[in-house]
Amino acid sequence: MIRYISGRLAQSFIVMFIVAAVAFALFDFVGDPVRQMVTEDASQAEIERLREMMGLNDSVAVQFWRYVSGAVQGDFGVSYFHKRPVGVLLQERMPATFELAGTSVLLSILLGIPLGVYTGLHRNGRIARGLMAVSLVGISIPTFLIGIMLIYLFSVVLGWLPSFGRGETTEVFGGAWTTGFLTTSGLRALILPSITLALFQTTMVMRLVRAEMLDVMRTDYIKFARARGLRDRVVHFRHALKNTLMPVVTVIGLQLGAVIAFAIITESVFQWPGMGRLFLQAIQQVDIPVMSAYLIMIAFFFVVINLITDLTYYAIDPRLRSGALKGNAHA
Amino acid sequence: MSLLDLRDLKIHFDTRRGTVEAVRGIDLSIARGEIVGIVGESGAGKSTIGNAVIGLLEPPGRIAGGEVWFDGQRIDTLSEAAMRRIRGRRIGMIFQDPMTSLNPLLTIGDQIAETICQHSDTSRAEATRQAVALLAEVGIPNPEQRMNEYPHQFSGGMRQRVVITLALCANPDLVICDEPTTALDVSVQAQILSLLRRLCRERNVGAIFITHDMGVISEVTDRVAVMHHGVIVETGDTQTVLAHPRHAYSQSLLSAVPRADARLARFPQLEYREDGAPPAERQVIDLQTHWLGRRGKAVQGGDQTLLEARNLTMRFVSHRSIIPAWRRDFTAVDDLSFDIKRGETFGLVGESGSGKSTVARMIAGLYTPSVGQVVYDGQVIGGTDAQPMAAKVRQQIQMIFQDPFSSLNRRMRVGDIVAEPILHHGLAASRAEAQSVVADLLDHVGLGADAARKYPHAFSGGQRQRISIARALATRPQFLICDEPTSALDVSIQAQILNLLKDLQAELGLTLLFISHDLPVIRQMCDRVGVMKAGKLVELATAEDIFEAPKHPYTTELLSLMPRVTAPDASEWAAVKG
Repeated sequence: MIRYISGRLAQSFIVMFIVAAVAFALFDFVGDPVRQMVTEDASQAEIERLREMMGLNDSVAVQFWRYVSGAVQGDFGVSYFHKRPVGVLLQERMPATFELAGTSVLLSILLGIPLGVYTGLHRNGRIARGLMAVSLVGISIPTFLIGIMLIYLFSVVLGWLPSFGRGETTEVFGGAWTTGFLTTSGLRALILPSITLALFQTTMVMRLVRAEMLDVMRTDYIKFARARGLRDRVVHFRHALKNTLMPVVTVIGLQLGAVIAFAIITESVFQWPGMGRLFLQAIQQVDIPVMSAYLIMIAFFFVVINLITDLTYYAIDPRLRSGALKGNAHA
Repeated sequence: MSLLDLRDLKIHFDTRRGTVEAVRGIDLSIARGEIVGIVGESGAGKSTIGNAVIGLLEPPGRIAGGEVWFDGQRIDTLSEAAMRRIRGRRIGMIFQDPMTSLNPLLTIGDQIAETICQHSDTSRAEATRQAVALLAEVGIPNPEQRMNEYPHQFSGGMRQRVVITLALCANPDLVICDEPTTALDVSVQAQILSLLRRLCRERNVGAIFITHDMGVISEVTDRVAVMHHGVIVETGDTQTVLAHPRHAYSQSLLSAVPRADARLARFPQLEYREDGAPPAERQVIDLQTHWLGRRGKAVQGGDQTLLEARNLTMRFVSHRSIIPAWRRDFTAVDDLSFDIKRGETFGLVGESGSGKSTVARMIAGLYTPSVGQVVYDGQVIGGTDAQPMAAKVRQQIQMIFQDPFSSLNRRMRVGDIVAEPILHHGLAASRAEAQSVVADLLDHVGLGADAARKYPHAFSGGQRQRISIARALATRPQFLICDEPTSALDVSIQAQILNLLKDLQAELGLTLLFISHDLPVIRQMCDRVGVMKAGKLVELATAEDIFEAPKHPYTTELLSLMPRVTAPDASEWAAVKG
């Protein structure tokens, strides 16, 4: 157990190191930052002074070390465009993205798993077939279109829900986090974007759970459970569902990462003040510090989520806990 | 009054190509406390009957006619909810594979307790107490502690004991055992069979034993029903049916069981056919003119050694660590030495986990021995100081694997599967010649040249094993390693495959390394036999000596555990040829 986790942690460090190196290299690939900072008629001496001040004359290793130790403390430099520390910019935007991503993943789990179980058990039923057909639509229509359609229906035609923004927000944890969960307008603003973002995840979770259920229901231990006269509810949820969860947990973990990283489209459609839009602007304005910080942060989320996913396997499957899947192959 | 009564039961499977009649009207009754066996080959419809009785026939299977009466109540027409109250509570079921019958994510205590609670108003604590008592009764040591363990922490035999506990924990009146010991070793099989027999007697439980194994039938059952193509051809008292089978099918089924008491030239083959057509004659290969004969060196006779295993040892890592002192390994094969002479069949026998297959894999070059050498025809081909294994040598050693379903690539046509080694070793001048060789080989293993165009899924287990043999022959080998080649097959198919191997050996002068856990088969096939236990060779002698005068106590123990069929003299029946 401890060995497994420490192995995983070591891998995570390697991943983060490589990502940091790439993020660091961005600064050099995209041109000399000094040239972009000074005016056309700056003298050579002025430029040299600036270079020295910014530490650009130090060796690459020293610069990289400075970059990494800064990043660990949340210091990613100053945005070229916003002229403010990138760390502060991200901190302002992060709650918006996290609340949106978290809500939509939660929605997809709460809807996707029961729907998947249902369609898996009644695969030839009329309702199940209908659900599968609808889910195909959900998986094939692009997110932005769904967003626009929802805005048109619920904001423009019916006027029930706001079409953009986060609504009123409240500062919690001494101003470190701004949340939209505590006000009615914040919650109302969350509905449309989270549904838009959750639709694809829900269909994906549902289809995955369904496929796994179909497999598990064919296994001997399910047949044996039924032959012992156990109630259907026990067979389906206690015996079958738990055995379908390993791949589902993997996919939900990856999806959560992807939702945080690539909520850009939904955030644009709904004018959501999250990190995705910050990143989009950064690309347009060649704002290297923001781009590199974004890169590191997203990689960090993926690594953390994957670590949590692996630990969840441990909690679910006793065979992993005793290492039986690896060790007993030849015993 | 009988406990279970099947009256003219018919079970049909509706498929796209019409209705398959799996069970065609059978009558069978079982009294309380009686153990009745249903025996037959795979596809005879045995398991379908068990599933139908307990109401778990899988679609498209359905009861097409007849009645199932249980304890005075007709149960084939009951609703699913009513049937659920009978399952487990009144009729228990035990499945073949203990490795897959238990839910891997729940502790066995949970699985037993939930079953007890389902069928009675027992509190969880009381159910747990009962579960502990039951586990102790089926012979699981430290039941309190083992209750909290998961299925993967149990061995195969122990898992089957847990399965038995689960099937009997709600005190059913009838238990259906579907091949309950087929997946187990002979020593474990003997324990499980005597446990089942004892439990049925003590609790006065009726039992149906579904099996293809005559030995099991003879050990446990009171009465037996012989099934063939969905029909019961003969029922009667077990000892009477085994000693004096009346129906031609029962006679041929019994005669196909390999005998442990004497070696016959060939396996008696099942020759009962409903239409009475004689089996096709097989063409004999003449090595002088045949493609298979065109291999460089002629086979020399005498007792010259072809293959020698010197101090073979194989260790697998069971616990990895950067720190050497923390590493643990597991010795699968421990200092094994033997030699195999040209043209002989050398047998390796032992229980699962004894290291037989590991030896085969080391000789075939699939594993590199940790210590020791494999010497083939004077060349060191495996282990320390091995010369890089020359393609010529590799070509002479071929292997036939146990599982006919996973050892063939299902996306390749059979013709391509067999042609691959020919083309790889450049044994044919052209693709056209390779194709004609493939057609010829397929013909010789009894499949016919047409098989080349089909994919493996179109063939049964026995036919697939023939494809494996054809593929092995395609390199013109001198040495064949057969790793449990027939343990996944029915006795009649087994007889065909083993006879084919014997014929090919006689025609081609092949040397065989034959690995099996089945003692009668070993006796029929092998000239000399090595007995393995926990990675060590405990006895090595001629087959006659091993069976007639075993020296090592373990060999004696293995022999005593072998379920015996009181096989009558084969010459008694006209229908069976020797």
